[in-house]
Amino acid sequence: MTTLDPRPESLPQRVAESIQRDKPFSEDERDRMKAVMNSLLLHIHASKVPARSLKFTYTFGLGGLSLLLIMMLIVTGIMLMFVYTPSPDSAYTDMLALQSTVAFGQLIRNLHHWSGNLLLVVVFLHMLRVFYTGAFRHPREFNWVIGVGLLLLVVMANFTGYLLPWDQLAYWAVTVGTSLLDYVPVVGEQISLLILGGPEVSGATLRNFYGLHLAIVPMMILMIVSVHIFRVRRDVGTVPRNLDEEPLKRLEKVTTLPHLVSREAVFAIVMIGLILLWSTWVNAPLEEAANPDHSPNPAKAAWYFMGLQELLLHFHPFFAAIVIPALALGGLMMLPYLRTDMDTEGVWFRSRMGRKLAWIGFFTGLIATPLLVLLDEYVVNLPDLLPSLPTIISNGWVPLAGILLLLILYAGMLKRVFHAASCEVRQSVFTLLLTGFIVLTIIGIAFRGEGMALMWPWEV
Amino acid sequence: MSEMKRRDFLKVVWGAAGLAVLGEAGWVGLQFFSPQVVDGEFGGVFKVGAVDDFPPGSVTPFNAGRFYLVRLEDGGFLALYRKCTHLGCAVPWNQAEGRFICPCHASEFEMDGQVRNPPAPRPLDRFVVTIADGQVSVDTGTTITRDHTSPDDVVYA
Repeated sequence: MTTLDPRPESLPQRVAESIQRDKPFSEDERDRMKAVMNSLLLHIHASKVPARSLKFTYTFGLGGLSLLLIMMLIVTGIMLMFVYTPSPDSAYTDMLALQSTVAFGQLIRNLHHWSGNLLLVVVFLHMLRVFYTGAFRHPREFNWVIGVGLLLLVVMANFTGYLLPWDQLAYWAVTVGTSLLDYVPVVGEQISLLILGGPEVSGATLRNFYGLHLAIVPMMILMIVSVHIFRVRRDVGTVPRNLDEEPLKRLEKVTTLPHLVSREAVFAIVMIGLILLWSTWVNAPLEEAANPDHSPNPAKAAWYFMGLQELLLHFHPFFAAIVIPALALGGLMMLPYLRTDMDTEGVWFRSRMGRKLAWIGFFTGLIATPLLVLLDEYVVNLPDLLPSLPTIISNGWVPLAGILLLLILYAGMLKRVFHAASCEVRQSVFTLLLTGFIVLTIIGIAFRGEGMALMWPWEV
Repeated sequence: MSEMKRRDFLKVVWGAAGLAVLGEAGWVGLQFFSPQVVDGEFGGVFKVGAVDDFPPGSVTPFNAGRFYLVRLEDGGFLALYRKCTHLGCAVPWNQAEGRFICPCHASEFEMDGQVRNPPAPRPLDRFVVTIADGQVSVDTGTTITRDHTSPDDVVYA
């Protein structure tokens, strides 16, 4: 008797082959390439990659780590969904139950908390890596902009999650954070009213944040991440290049399976191990239940907003909360579109000169920022010096113009003294501002105590 | 005058219809998510007591209504919203210092809500105080923001 199916394989073999047609572990290169081509993996990786681009110290695996953290956040987040009710009456008791009665409740909450915070750090570092290796230039400009958008979404995810434990930390950090919106001209108060579901943080706010945190923000992140990765694939990854090395014409390539995928798997396993270890020993903070009648002293925003909160102590709120962040974000998104006078793709810190100027930017920011903070805190009081002007000018336009002027002088000086290219000078200014932002954040977190007065970290 | 082609006309009509759908969806969403006001909670009218219950020079907190009933030395009444005009913290009354001191960013306000120390950009917001038959009531339905304190803010029995 003849059968219609001429294949000689046995039934189990045919079942196995119907699931996985290719041979990802084959000795033959072409088999392994086909295994990528015919699978979902093709959406993330090409079948072959330049051998050089596997170098860990080029990307530090930051993009992949972001994806891993997103997956961990989805898993732990869904688990937490089952033991949490978003209402002022039960949210906090649910948190207490997580710590005491729910098996592994504390661990799962810790994992979610720390992964969320780490994700913010990692996407920020990912952005810095892309900037400092010149990997955002044509044709990748818009993917950089998408990345900045993703950074903002991750901030939103963190911020909306911050309220859910409904403790004092959550309540007042969100009060302070949403109050920033009141300074947006014309529509700010309406937006704030809509987000809070009323004039103050309340049960309605908790419901809103729950919906944003569990559905809207993660959905947007997943959709936009897909576009982000698609464009990375389309534009082809950049390849690391040594200092003074000409752009490479012919690249030695290796198959993605196993060279790239095995590295990713090992890195993922190591990172999961580290996060588990950390979450086993370090608990996510939980303070007393939220009390709308009593603001703690000091009432601090979430740590990633501490740079902003520090700015608020020095500038008129319209400038600290709106003008300066808008300038910073606008500048960040415009970066890849500025004309460049050097091809630095794949070179860490552009060039020898670039490295030197980046160090100068770093040290200038490191010294100038605390000096300016101390100057404003103890020596100069602009509104008193300029009593005839409204504070929005004396404490807004005047200091901002002063700082912009200093930056222009700084850039001009670098150009004159070092005869540096604009792209090296730009990197130095970026480094200066970045350092300033980080220093402000550290001052806000560690050097601000009762009444937001300056003090040493051990006194806080 | 050139006549509009059938094709162009339809493009305009379809485009307008699409915009109308977007607008309607936006409007429905906005209405759906807009805050609901509950009677008897913050946002309603509070009957706080008789005029004589509040000695001149006193500040009485009403947590449910989120306000302080201030009676100035001259006997005038003011209801101050306790939300700091800087970044929204609950500002406590400091009896020893005789002023409101915000724990978040160290803004200070006088008894009548006037800014004594920035970063607060404007005086504490206020609510309307009504005195009828010697009874004081405060309407927390509308917050009144002000750039400067004024004698008109104060209500006398």
